[in-house]
Amino acid sequence: MSEEVASTTRKVKRAAQMLLFQRHRIPGVKGWELKRALGREYLSVIELLNTELEKLGLQVKTVYEELETPKTPSEEQLDKARFFVTLKIPLTAVEATMSGWRVDDVAALAVTVAYIISKQGKAPRKEIVQILKEKFPQWKIEFNLDRYVRRGYLSQDENEMLYLDWRARAEIDPKALLNLILGETQSQAMETSTKQDQLPS
Amino acid sequence: MERKGVDPFEVDVIDALQIIKKYLPGWELIPDLCLDAEALNKLSTVIKLQGDWLKYRSSPQFINPLLIELKLKTMDAKRLVEIFLQSWHPIVELQQLSFGRIKEAVNYWNQLLPLEERWKKFPSPTPSKPGYASINDLTRLRLLSEEAFNEALQQFWQELVRQTGTAVKIPYWKFIYADTYEDTVLRAYLTSFLITYGYATLEIKPLEEEIFLIPNPKPKALAGKQAISIPISVDYQSWKEMRKARKVE
Repeated sequence: MSEEVASTTRKVKRAAQMLLFQRHRIPGVKGWELKRALGREYLSVIELLNTELEKLGLQVKTVYEELETPKTPSEEQLDKARFFVTLKIPLTAVEATMSGWRVDDVAALAVTVAYIISKQGKAPRKEIVQILKEKFPQWKIEFNLDRYVRRGYLSQDENEMLYLDWRARAEIDPKALLNLILGETQSQAMETSTKQDQLPS
Repeated sequence: MERKGVDPFEVDVIDALQIIKKYLPGWELIPDLCLDAEALNKLSTVIKLQGDWLKYRSSPQFINPLLIELKLKTMDAKRLVEIFLQSWHPIVELQQLSFGRIKEAVNYWNQLLPLEERWKKFPSPTPSKPGYASINDLTRLRLLSEEAFNEALQQFWQELVRQTGTAVKIPYWKFIYADTYEDTVLRAYLTSFLITYGYATLEIKPLEEEIFLIPNPKPKALAGKQAISIPISVDYQSWKEMRKARKVE
């Protein structure tokens, strides 16, 4: 094995450790941290890691600070972006339940996220409560919304306006979700999802 | 409006501008003109928001929120979950103890004193033994006035004399009995003072198991006599039996 290959393998292993083991309160690693640990060519290392992870049904996801994903991200945008490892293949309902999510809770999260996306990324808490109230008891809605905020799916400002937070942006594919809700075929939605999850080149 | 995300077309900009135009010639003071300038500034923000709103609505990404809301309301929870799971890719995260954290923990453990030694630093207070407060104590603490107590005792003594009537003595339990258990205990307590201060004499017939109270015409000094304590238990069960007997009577 040449020195170069050995070095790259070491870097891929290091990248896997950094991305998989939680180092901060929020999972994932910032671009500048990866650059410091893996060198300037860290994106190539991440790409190699992504190829390996895909075999296991996982992928590296990049979430930028900007709400819109930049088409050709600048170095500064990449430095500030957060890199996560997420599941590539969707969970089944049984798997989701086994990972501690009740069906009701997932449904409420789906409604909340879809509604916020349709309202350009922010919606008053009152409006969301009003929609959820048709199918869930009030106490459960309030409890769930607070829980989504705590887990990083939503953030709330002093005017009780709810926004999508870092976890929702990392885990949920907004286009696929809305398309599926509006009745597009599953395959079309999956296609959109795959395109969006591609790593920056 | 910007903060709450309300439809910016709810503001009638033309109407607002016409109102400003109508009143503008009448303003002479600078603060009034400044208010108009501020209103114009805010209206320009509304126009910008209207522009953004139109741009977004005409873009291919736009999806009518009302349509989404309607779809969400008509969908059942199970279908919603199925759809959501298709677009949900949870983060894979593992938690572990780092070597540094383990080292910190070992250092902490080594420096931590045993529990017994740590508790020594905070000696527990030694409480004084519980006891009874005497009338003198209560008087000293200003919880009871001596005059009031003496007056209450005098009245109680007169009641004893009245109840005894022409007889020489009255059964103890008959005298102390009241409609409630609390009052009965209070009367027994006051009776003990009548005896201690010489207002009455206690006569005990051990064989018959009877106790009598003999009121004295004047308080008798106990000088020269050895004072003895006679405990009489006024328990709730005895009181209940007395009440039952009274009801039968």
